Amino acid sequence: MKVALQNLTKIFPNRDKKKVNEDVVAVNNFTFEIPDGKLIGLLGPSGCGKSTTLYMISGLQKPSSGKIFFGEEDVTELPTEKRGVGLVFQNYALYPHMTVKQNILFPLQNLKGADKLTKENMLERAYEAARLVQIDELMDRKPSELSGGQQQRVAIARALVKMPRVLLLDEPLSNLDARLRLQTREEIKRIQMETGITTIFVTHDQEEAMSISDFIVVMKLGVVQQVGKPQDVYDDPANLFVAKFLGTPPINVLDGEVKSGKLFIGGAAVLDVPGVADQAVTVGIRPEGFNLDPNGPFTCDLSNVEVMGRDVSVVSKHANSQNPVVRSIINSDANIDTSATTISYSLKSHKVFIFNKDTEERIRF
Amino acid sequence: MVDSKQQWKAWLYLAPALILLAIFTVWPILNTSIMAFQEGYNEMDALRLGRWGFPIGLGNFERVLNYSKFWSALQNTLILCIPTVLISTLLALIISVCLNSIKPLQRFLQTIYFLPYVTNSLAIGMVFAAMFNIVGTTAAENPVISTYGIINNIIMMFGGDPINWINAGSTYETKLIVVMIYIIWNALPFKILILLGALQSVNKQYYDAAKIDGTGKVRTFVRITIPLLSPMITYVVITGFIGGFKEYSSVVGIFDDAMARTGQLNTMVGLIYTSITNSNTGVASAAALILFAIIFVITMINLAISKKTTYY
Repeated sequence: MKVALQNLTKIFPNRDKKKVNEDVVAVNNFTFEIPDGKLIGLLGPSGCGKSTTLYMISGLQKPSSGKIFFGEEDVTELPTEKRGVGLVFQNYALYPHMTVKQNILFPLQNLKGADKLTKENMLERAYEAARLVQIDELMDRKPSELSGGQQQRVAIARALVKMPRVLLLDEPLSNLDARLRLQTREEIKRIQMETGITTIFVTHDQEEAMSISDFIVVMKLGVVQQVGKPQDVYDDPANLFVAKFLGTPPINVLDGEVKSGKLFIGGAAVLDVPGVADQAVTVGIRPEGFNLDPNGPFTCDLSNVEVMGRDVSVVSKHANSQNPVVRSIINSDANIDTSATTISYSLKSHKVFIFNKDTEERIRF
Repeated sequence: MVDSKQQWKAWLYLAPALILLAIFTVWPILNTSIMAFQEGYNEMDALRLGRWGFPIGLGNFERVLNYSKFWSALQNTLILCIPTVLISTLLALIISVCLNSIKPLQRFLQTIYFLPYVTNSLAIGMVFAAMFNIVGTTAAENPVISTYGIINNIIMMFGGDPINWINAGSTYETKLIVVMIYIIWNALPFKILILLGALQSVNKQYYDAAKIDGTGKVRTFVRITIPLLSPMITYVVITGFIGGFKEYSSVVGIFDDAMARTGQLNTMVGLIYTSITNSNTGVASAAALILFAIIFVITMINLAISKKTTYY
């Protein structure tokens, strides 16, 4: 099922007019078409409106303006229970007084009229959903007797059992420990591929979003910043916010200046940037955008080298850096003289982005 | 665990409460139990015979069970207790769900519903007596019927005949109905308070989840709200039964002391009270123990039922 959002806007009215005289715009003019059968990650820091967007798609919150389409059907005014969405809540919201089986059966027992199923059919469907998320052994337990990861699977099974048109996941991995998170995110991808249900999930963890999404939507303060395939967004950020938000370790941000087609950082011309007008700019350099080069133009004060096995992470300082340190990732085969006081690099031009100092928009070269 | 050297401190801090409990709760219970088995115990004879001068036996219990008023008191108590607890719990549940689902006036209505709790029950009884009155404030039947209680006024407004609810010549049934209405109304505030509090602490996400699952309103109430409230429902039912078996002041409030002790609507507590004032302390103690046994059994039954139906 294709999902289209048209100028979707959600405004929370300001309740305390004395203190702040502004309504809160949680989601601002969101237009996006989600292709059928894809996994979409809504990504952004907390308070960026990603969960609000999800709840509007589910119908639990009404948009202030704009429209939502499932396929060709306008569902903007359709109540939640008629939309046929499955939603996995951040803390799962499994009914604590029901067993796993009862929890999964519950949505099926609500079906009425032509959709009504026989008892055998319901059980069959419930077990099918349970097998898909591999919890068919736990059907007679209560949610309180399950681990976080198992509860998560039950919640997914409950959302899937009625064959929703759209599956929505709200921060699905945030309550899991690091190891389980890795495992579960692959599970989600597998389940999504097996069922082919259009899935939208919300996360503040860029790694999570990038690793499993077909498309990611980066949001900030209710405004969509960039939409695209994870690799494209990473390689070609639209602005400084997106560049900073994606990538671990995060991008290095420095003050620079463009003069006659060359990019200067602290007096050294580090890169040719043909066609860019002379101006002061903000420079972003991905940690993997550095080449060790004794004669390279970009020189930093070496602080220390962190060994990570396959790579090393070189921590250094530069006067123009906006971050406390400049961090580069270098292949561990390169022998770095840790006793040296400075380290010099040449830069890979496709890993260097320059941004307008005021608008923070990308300046392409 | 508290360090054993520090334990005396814990006992020291607990001492005031423990001493008060010992004097006013533990000793009276113990004393009552002893007196119940001392045949014919009363204060006057105790002065002559001494505290331990009575024969030990079950005579007091025998006298209670042979006492004709005991069985009518037990019947009245059961009738006034069991239906009222069930009806008031159901009403309180409905009212708190309604209260919880409205935004404007919620606080105001909450206060209104809570008023009976802070009002003197004897005063409420008098108001009820006036409301259900047939001839103003006169107890004797008046051939020239001129003033009515508000209830009869309402009945007449809809074209009905006034009913003699509680005045002289009224039937046992109408008296019971008035007392039951009073008890139910009086029991509502506490139950609403507890159930509304429980409702408000239910995680809203369960309702969102139910909506997503396409659950209707009634089904949500039956399958989700009630099970989630079940611990609190159990609590108000059990405390309601315990309070209900000690019903006394409601009858005194609407009628008078004599009605609650020896009259048509005598109750178990009224019986105990009468025995004490008649210097039959031993009999009163036996009756109190019997009442305790009944409450204990009913509470055990309640717990057994709730174990099957309550989710914790």
